[in-house]
Amino acid sequence: MLALVSPALLVILALIVLPVGWLAWQSIYHDGFTVENYRRVFTEDIYWRSFALTFEISLAVTVIALLLGYPVAYLANSVPKGWSILILSLVVLPFWTSVLVRAYAWLALLQRTGVINQFLRYLDVISEPLALVHNTFGTVVATVHILLPFMVLPLYATMQKIPGDLMQAGASLGASPSLTFFRVFLPLSLPGVLAGCTMVFVLCLGFYITPELLGGGRTVMVSMLVSRNVELYNQFGAASAVAVVLLLSVLAIFFVVSRFISLDRVLGQK
Amino acid sequence: MTRISPARIALYLISALVLLYLILPVLIIAPISFSSARFLTFPPPSFSTRWYQQYFSNPAWMQATRVTLTVALFTVVIAAPCGVAAAYAISQSKLRIMRLIHMALLLPLVVPIIITAVGIFFVYAKVGLVATMPGLVLANVMLGLPYVVISVLAGLQSFDPAQEMVARSLGMNRLRSFFAVTLPQIKSSVIAGSIFAFISAMDETIVALFISGGQYQPLTKRMFTALRDEIDPTIAAISTLMTAASFLLVLAASTRQKKAG
Repeated sequence: MLALVSPALLVILALIVLPVGWLAWQSIYHDGFTVENYRRVFTEDIYWRSFALTFEISLAVTVIALLLGYPVAYLANSVPKGWSILILSLVVLPFWTSVLVRAYAWLALLQRTGVINQFLRYLDVISEPLALVHNTFGTVVATVHILLPFMVLPLYATMQKIPGDLMQAGASLGASPSLTFFRVFLPLSLPGVLAGCTMVFVLCLGFYITPELLGGGRTVMVSMLVSRNVELYNQFGAASAVAVVLLLSVLAIFFVVSRFISLDRVLGQK
Repeated sequence: MTRISPARIALYLISALVLLYLILPVLIIAPISFSSARFLTFPPPSFSTRWYQQYFSNPAWMQATRVTLTVALFTVVIAAPCGVAAAYAISQSKLRIMRLIHMALLLPLVVPIIITAVGIFFVYAKVGLVATMPGLVLANVMLGLPYVVISVLAGLQSFDPAQEMVARSLGMNRLRSFFAVTLPQIKSSVIAGSIFAFISAMDETIVALFISGGQYQPLTKRMFTALRDEIDPTIAAISTLMTAASFLLVLAASTRQKKAG
């Protein structure tokens, strides 16, 4: 049996375990052991500002995705099967479109001469085009769009398991629909909320394409810090240290979340 | 009779807007790609296929397309058998280390892709795999493996291993009984997993940005560079074709999965 897993395991060891191990080694060793790279990450302005910005954006994206995703998951859960299949198909449809293609679509929609600005000017709502992209706003709009399915799917899976008679029981005992929702349904859906939020937050921490293409160079997220240190400045040690700190943040989040819910629940969705 | 409450109406309205937000970007690309305008305008001034002509007549785009299709094909050819073998072993073996191995095989989904990309770049730089075809294929095999493993494991869950025991008790060896009894029953999930691995390789951008170069640049890398420099509706034409390809493949995969039950 071990022989059967060995080709796959070898690929994983050579192409992800070894490279990540290499990064970790490179971050502490350069002609002798050094903590210089980590000192820079934790003391120099551009590094910790970028980490702070990345956590802020990830938090904003997670909250927005939850606020947008919860009603959709709730609706998909409460309508007849045919409708819920339709709703869920619309949710996963963009999921299978390349991230790059969607970044391009958002550029087309949001730029100064883009669809939305032209439409608003046509309606005479605005006289000057709005700056919707090449800033943090554009990054957040496109990132939420890409990560929303990761929120809706675990939410829906959890809501599916909430027995419908519980709500009826609440209603028959005289509780108003909103009271049954807040006292019965919402608490029971919390594991799904946690699973969805974890996935969205963690994926957002490492996001690269949307901030790079839609951030206009000002929204420097951690992933861009890594790539710039490699491609522009040849600062391999610094890039590695940033990558290690990012990876440790992700693992720490998974560890904390696994205390509350099974990680299968978080990773269960593709 | 139930009266539709205001809360219900608000729910419908919000959900409709969110769904519109989700699909609008996917729907906007095709009209732009068929527009005659040089710059992005919507609605398009007139119908034209010039951006498609430009794509098909440009040797650089064509070369990139060949690279993408070759990489995706080789990725599936390697990742599918490796993934099926691994999933089979994980589902059959009771060794405790298998749980750990199972988790290791899902690592590509957990480690932020930018970290994987930079790490692979450093390793490839040492062994001379940067800007090569084998380097690109290997990286995509690693990224595609989880899709095959997850899909096949799900397929094996609804398969009764006793059937294979019967075949073996009737004198077939393990290998033959796998191909004669097990594989036909999990075929659908194998195909679905392979299709997802293919799409993943076709869409992969970040690792390619770091490790590909020269004549072995996939479509996504060229598109990314083009998007950073100057936006040209040729990208819309390519995007439309890529999206159409993905959707057809997903459709094929989901009908497969439905058959699997």
